[in-house]
Amino acid sequence: MLRWLVWRDLILAWRRRADALSTLFFFVIVVSLFPLGIGPETELLRSIAPGVVWVAALLASMLSLGRLFANDHQDGTLEQLLLTPQPLYLVVFGKVSAQWLTSELPLVCIAPLLGVQFGLSNDTLKTLVISLVLGTPVLSFIGSIGAALTLGLKSSSVLISILVLPLYVPVLIFGAGAVEASIMGLSPSSHIYLLSSLTVLSLIFAPWATAAALRISIE
Amino acid sequence: MLSPSEGRVEWQGADIHSLGEEYFTQLTYFGHRPGIKDELTTVENLRVAAGLSGVALTRQKADEALAKVGLAGRESLAARLLSEGQRRRISIARLAICSSRLWLLDEVLTALDKTAVAFVRSLIEEHLADGGMAIVATHQDIELSRGVTHRLELTT
Repeated sequence: MLRWLVWRDLILAWRRRADALSTLFFFVIVVSLFPLGIGPETELLRSIAPGVVWVAALLASMLSLGRLFANDHQDGTLEQLLLTPQPLYLVVFGKVSAQWLTSELPLVCIAPLLGVQFGLSNDTLKTLVISLVLGTPVLSFIGSIGAALTLGLKSSSVLISILVLPLYVPVLIFGAGAVEASIMGLSPSSHIYLLSSLTVLSLIFAPWATAAALRISIE
Repeated sequence: MLSPSEGRVEWQGADIHSLGEEYFTQLTYFGHRPGIKDELTTVENLRVAAGLSGVALTRQKADEALAKVGLAGRESLAARLLSEGQRRRISIARLAICSSRLWLLDEVLTALDKTAVAFVRSLIEEHLADGGMAIVATHQDIELSRGVTHRLELTT
């Protein structure tokens, strides 16, 4: 049953691929503006790279979160999803996973290319990708709580940002921290471990909170 | 029938809150928003809806159900190209393939022509004859010849 949901969301994302692409382009452009604005000072660029890439990833994920439940809410499919004979926890899990695959995974894939603009070494690029692979699911899952709470409200996109961005702070700190440590030649493993624990926690608890929020929003 | 603001809803003697998803397996809801995805084709819409409610539906069976509601030849058309009435027919096809006992139908006859109305009526009658139940909220008259009907008129 879950595979139907993921399959449906992947097909929908493909047929509406302008949405996913706009998120990706937003990410690419925001990250690329910094080297252009700051100029070719390799040392400076290298030291700001982790923060820039990570902040851009946070903002890009804001763009796709607004759509997570809103489209389904509008055409009534969300009502049907809430009434399917499987735990709402799983429904949310499936939807958020599909959102991660379509909106966040492309960012992770393009990030090494963007890292080159900042003169990052191979090892650092690897750390950047690992930190994004671990961190972006947290963005999707925590963001889904905000998306569910603001469902059907006017100016919900602004509200989502206000609600969710503060919750992203730990991910930002450990994600960018891992890359920074790697730039300075230190081992990023402590940051990576902390980031993985955040991932596990959000995977377990966020769908449950999102399900509760959805029930409140739909009533 | 889903989450009452007052009182309690019981299904076979048990509160629906304690039953949880088990209650939803017995229930099919037809809302005033059709629950149709514009980007999916007619047959994809039906198969996804069936898959999500736990009914495995082969392509062939889905085509048959769509033919019954008069959508033959439009299986591979994106739902956004259909008229409002045709979109409602996809939802009606969903009723025809589901195996749940309780139907909640909210304004099921809206935007339907005469033949479709007759089809919905025969569908409900068949469902009642099979021992099912249906709660129908409607502004139009719907005369059922089979089963026990209770009529509740709501006035403001």
